[in-house]
Amino acid sequence: MKKVLILGGGVGGTIVANVLARRASPNETNITLVDATGRHVYQPGFIYVALGDEKPENLVRDERGLLDKHVNLVIDEAILIDPDEKKVRLKSGRILDYDYLVVATGARLCPEELPGFEAAHHFYDLDASVRLSRVLDSFSGGRIVIGIGGMPYKCPPAPVEFACLLDYYFTRRGSRHKVEIHYLSPLPRVFPIESVAHLVQEIMDSGGIKYTQLFNVERIEPENNLVHSLEGESLKYDLLIVVPPHRGTKVVENSGLGDRGGWIPTDKYTLKAKGYDDIYVVGDATDIPISKAGATAHYEAKVVGENIAADIRGSGTKRLYDGKVQCFFDAGFKKGMRIAFDYEHPPKPARLSRRWYYMKMLIKKIYWSVILKGWI
Amino acid sequence: MTQDIKIDRVIDARGSFCPGPLMELIKAIKEAKVGEVISVYSSDSGSKRDIPIWVEKAGHELLGVFDRDSYTEFVVRKKR
Ligand SMILES: Cc1cc2nc3c(=O)[nH]c(=O)nc-3n(C[C@H](O)[C@H](O)[C@H](O)COP(=O)(O)OP(=O)(O)OC[C@H]3O[C@@H](n4cnc5c(N)ncnc54)[C@H](O)[C@@H]3O)c2cc1C
Repeated sequence: MKKVLILGGGVGGTIVANVLARRASPNETNITLVDATGRHVYQPGFIYVALGDEKPENLVRDERGLLDKHVNLVIDEAILIDPDEKKVRLKSGRILDYDYLVVATGARLCPEELPGFEAAHHFYDLDASVRLSRVLDSFSGGRIVIGIGGMPYKCPPAPVEFACLLDYYFTRRGSRHKVEIHYLSPLPRVFPIESVAHLVQEIMDSGGIKYTQLFNVERIEPENNLVHSLEGESLKYDLLIVVPPHRGTKVVENSGLGDRGGWIPTDKYTLKAKGYDDIYVVGDATDIPISKAGATAHYEAKVVGENIAADIRGSGTKRLYDGKVQCFFDAGFKKGMRIAFDYEHPPKPARLSRRWYYMKMLIKKIYWSVILKGWI
Repeated sequence: MTQDIKIDRVIDARGSFCPGPLMELIKAIKEAKVGEVISVYSSDSGSKRDIPIWVEKAGHELLGVFDRDSYTEFVVRKKR
């Protein structure tokens, strides 16, 4: 009997568990997933909660109901990984051993790393998104500034997407003329991908969304409503929305498995932690220089689930992760873009269409029953 | 060539189109100590424009840009 231990029941961990449960025989595989909360949260929905278009309770489900019945769920926090002894210590004191470990603990928000962050709002967790929805609801006019407080951060297009959706939000309310929307791009263009940036810039220009390029938020000065960049510029705000700095999780850092940012050095093809043959890493926890996105975690998890199953069965060919990522960008006014690429193929220039907006809305629906099960 | 420059950290950002090599460099520079030298490998055509612009604006030093077989190497020193 081989023991597979999965840490984290987010996008990556849940898909690995379900794919593995289907592919490996329960007589030869014991699958245990440890999750700190036991509640699964659909993070792409945070944006819609902040904009008042989604109820927070629609984004949260019990993890147990999302897992194959052959997967044991332990609701507890992993606090230390001992790769030499092949054991993981949990907060309750329980110790679990493994033959294969999958680390899928995601990213941790560290607002304390940005001086003055307490003056900012964000939509990177559920509670903050609910708070932001109230602030936006009562916002009577002025300059809303949206910036990024550190690299890397989840879903690189999300902040500029939010700027576009604010344009739609205030237009719908009839108060767009009272609101200035100002996006601070960390790069010398408005969107991370060059072949998509000109289209996003057109959308912003036509919606009257302002932007400053090469502005990486370094410090906030709440007394004077100023945000400062590490490139030496400043801007005044009435309402400030900043993506908080991210790090890898504490269990990774405390176990000495992370780099300076707490991300696990990971082989970008095999998804094994570098230097370990029995530890796999999926999703935001890796140091692979591609988007920290659910779509990334999804495709990585399928490779890892299938490969561990093949290993245990002793048959079947192993796959390498090819860097596939596919995202849908909601540009507002019920239009969207599809962006897809892998390690070898840069994204093609995007097109704006209703189809991709509806695709994004469809994914929200099939997430629970199709994507998390690993069917696609 | 880079053999006489001591490189403290190599960021292999080949195959990264989003967030892209410049974001990886910004992250590495934030984590580095002043004086450290970072080398970034990029296969993204936008980097040749992006990286020099950001390095100059952020007040760091671009020590070199080297065309390799299928990628470009950028060598940057953190100055402040
Ligand atoms: C505002 C926003 C918008 C986004 N939009 C998109 C989008 O449109 N498309 C897209 O593809 N992605 C999007 N994402 C990104 C996506 O949500 C994440 O990249 C994805 O959830 C990462 O999956 P993961 O499995 O690595 O981590 P997560 O899904 O974050 O899961 C990590 C899990 O590990 C658990 N955990 C953490 N530490 C421990 C521990 N020590 N012990 C036990 N359990 C632990 C947590 O409780 C959590 O359940 C968005 C994210 C945000 C915040």
